Amino acid sequence: MRFERREQRTLFLVIAPPIIAIFAALFLSGLLIALAGAPIFEAYGNLIKGAFGSRLAITETLTRTVPLILTGLAAATAFRAKLWNIGGEGQLYIGAIAVAAISSQFLTGVPGIIQIPILLIGGAVSGMMLLLIPLWLRLRFSVDEVVTTLLLNFVAILFVSMLIDTVLKDPLAFGWPQSVPVDDEAMLPRLVSRSRLHIGLIIAIVLAVVTYFIQSRTVFGIRSRAVGLNATAANFAGVPLGRTLTIVAVVSGGFAGLAGAVEVMGVQSYVTTELSPGYGYSGIVVAMLANLNPIGVIFAALFIAAMFVGADSMSRAMEIPTYIADVTVALSLLCMLVAVFFTQYRIRK
Amino acid sequence: MSETALELTGVSKKFGNNLANDDISLTLKKGEIIALLGENGAGKTTLMNILFGHYVPDSGHVTVMGKKLPPGKPRAAIAAGIGMVHQHFSLAPNLTVLENVMTGTQSIWSLFSNITAARQKLMTISKRFGLLVDPDARLGDLSVGEQQRVEILKALFNDAQILVLDEPTAVLTNIEAERMFSTLKDMARQGLSLIFISHKLDEVMATADRIMVLRGGKSVAERETSATNKAELAELMVGREVKRPVRDASMPGNCVLNASDWSMRADGVDRLKSVNFHMNEGEVLGIIGVSGNGQSALAQLLSGISKRSSGTLELFGEQVGNLTVSDTVKAGIARIPEDRNHEGVIGDMAIWENAILERLSEYSKNGLVDRKAGMAFADDIIANFDVRGATPTRRIAMLSGGNMQKLILGRNLMKPTKILLASQPARGLDEGAVAAVHERILDARRNGAAVLLISEDLDEVMALADRIQAIVGGRLSPPVDVKTANARMLGLMMAGEWNTPNSESNYAV
Repeated sequence: MRFERREQRTLFLVIAPPIIAIFAALFLSGLLIALAGAPIFEAYGNLIKGAFGSRLAITETLTRTVPLILTGLAAATAFRAKLWNIGGEGQLYIGAIAVAAISSQFLTGVPGIIQIPILLIGGAVSGMMLLLIPLWLRLRFSVDEVVTTLLLNFVAILFVSMLIDTVLKDPLAFGWPQSVPVDDEAMLPRLVSRSRLHIGLIIAIVLAVVTYFIQSRTVFGIRSRAVGLNATAANFAGVPLGRTLTIVAVVSGGFAGLAGAVEVMGVQSYVTTELSPGYGYSGIVVAMLANLNPIGVIFAALFIAAMFVGADSMSRAMEIPTYIADVTVALSLLCMLVAVFFTQYRIRK
Repeated sequence: MSETALELTGVSKKFGNNLANDDISLTLKKGEIIALLGENGAGKTTLMNILFGHYVPDSGHVTVMGKKLPPGKPRAAIAAGIGMVHQHFSLAPNLTVLENVMTGTQSIWSLFSNITAARQKLMTISKRFGLLVDPDARLGDLSVGEQQRVEILKALFNDAQILVLDEPTAVLTNIEAERMFSTLKDMARQGLSLIFISHKLDEVMATADRIMVLRGGKSVAERETSATNKAELAELMVGREVKRPVRDASMPGNCVLNASDWSMRADGVDRLKSVNFHMNEGEVLGIIGVSGNGQSALAQLLSGISKRSSGTLELFGEQVGNLTVSDTVKAGIARIPEDRNHEGVIGDMAIWENAILERLSEYSKNGLVDRKAGMAFADDIIANFDVRGATPTRRIAMLSGGNMQKLILGRNLMKPTKILLASQPARGLDEGAVAAVHERILDARRNGAAVLLISEDLDEVMALADRIQAIVGGRLSPPVDVKTANARMLGLMMAGEWNTPNSESNYAV
């Protein structure tokens, strides 16, 4: 059996793989559900109902989608230029704590129309700063950023943990380690009343579309793609490697930091070390599932959010572990990698 | 007469339509050193790979100590006592010398490794042949010369009686090389038989007992070292009549580029050593030489992707510093990189994107790419340069090598070109594509461009160049006029045999 590169990628080949991958993953995890002793279709019925079955379910799923779109964009932008940013989680936490600190310490009482943009930018800038350290190490000393970004996650989260136990500790939280809340004016407006869904969803979708435009239409888009696909040839063509990667890091770290900011300002209002159930890491899955396409990121994020929200109610109804959701997400990623391979190659006997 | 250690009988090997080895026979006696001499692509390495069992020959066979070797079985070759020392070492930098030497000698199922015995054996061998290295040093900490000693020790550790060395001095300094050759002679005195591959006349003359010259896959001559000289070998190596096809006389105009005393040091190695050359309008300067002698460094400097350590550059009559890529593009320097797949194009990007990548500032406004203009430019190139099988949106990896090269030529030559830098422009192309590429280079020359042609292919240089310089070990020979060049002269030049600059008569032998 031999593999041969496909000549051209049709629209079908762009859209089909994630859908096929998701169904393949659902089929495989169906076997696990059966193994756990539950009827498969009923279980999946509960899962879908849990994710989309009511007003509350839908808004919950969408609320979870918001940070996943942003961390997904963070990973997608970086991976496209082969900058392996695994530090989305840490950048998210730094963005979140920055927002809590700036709002509570300096901007109390400042009207939302001014305060919210400042905080969003502040969160993004903080996340970006955290990614610039590994980038500098890579450009200057060729240190592998997979290791540095990954390990900085722990540094960042422990740093946040220290802050919320000391200088930023909320005195009214009965001793719980949580930060002082952001100012009321800093909270993002609700998108749907009597729900947690906030305008962060609009921000995330707009950013995804803008990113798509930048990647396909601008000089920076072509350059970052060139650097990722073939750095030697990009260098020969005069693409400035360092500068291009720096912009990529700024955008990628910015998205992850923004995810943290939006999560605090839209949902939690304060920071704990349980702010994120691994949004930064799931962002990597989102990006891969979307085949690094920014528009695809929106749908991939929705799928993963639905899996997690739906799995909760499935496990309650069917008495099977919620870990099924983790397994399905992981399987969908693996299936996607295989599917993507077949969009680029065909089998030849 | 001493016994025969190794015999190759009628070995032939074909790759596609290319006859890499054509009925080659060779006899190596015990305690003898044979040198295989030839240009790149003469079939030296193929022959050694057959000997070592990496390739299966189409016909012919290998006999060691009177026993026929099964073809295509490296293990059998090792067991029979053949040791290979590769040009690029097959050693693990994170292991110690001793561990490297032992690698592959033990069964993975054996519970205990017999380190003490191995160390003993290594020390004995190392003393016997004067190959001194610290067995506990980490390989990565050793110099290249020491690493090569380890590579040889590894072969000897496997009880090799016949050592094959592929361009052993390519990576060594002169002193290291001298020391190594004295070691090799010592080994031969102690009864080992050696074959070494080289294209350096000096070391061949100094070390070998017998010399076999390969050219175009054939064994063209076998000489006792005492019965030949460098000049004869040079002529044999290049061999053919080097004829210049008829073409318009060159009418060199002004000097557009003058490089004096260029040196370049990278990764602790001197890639270029005080190199001098100049280029005139409407003239082709050809740089010949076996690859790996500094061609890449020279091309990179002129392409604007690396910096020289010293020397001056005069471009269109003005002193300039190091070039950047955008400088070269703006100055009208067309660049054809030596490796089109890795440097020239980005395979997964569309043809139009590849066409404008080095001119993004020209094809964009306020950071937005002008797709329409880019596509139109790609269409123009495709039409004018006869790029077959191309549409602007197709991935460029889908083009054949020749059409890819036409596209690279086109994206440069569609714009006003003052200087054309072509590194190995026809390497790996079929004949039709070669002709097309050559025609374009001569067109550029006719239109007044100064052309620098870096090539390993003597015929190509003879066909295109007006003046020729050879590059050897990072040094450039003084130029010769192509009209006075002959095989012997070029062979000597490529072997680094030139005496004083500014005198063409030095090449006359």
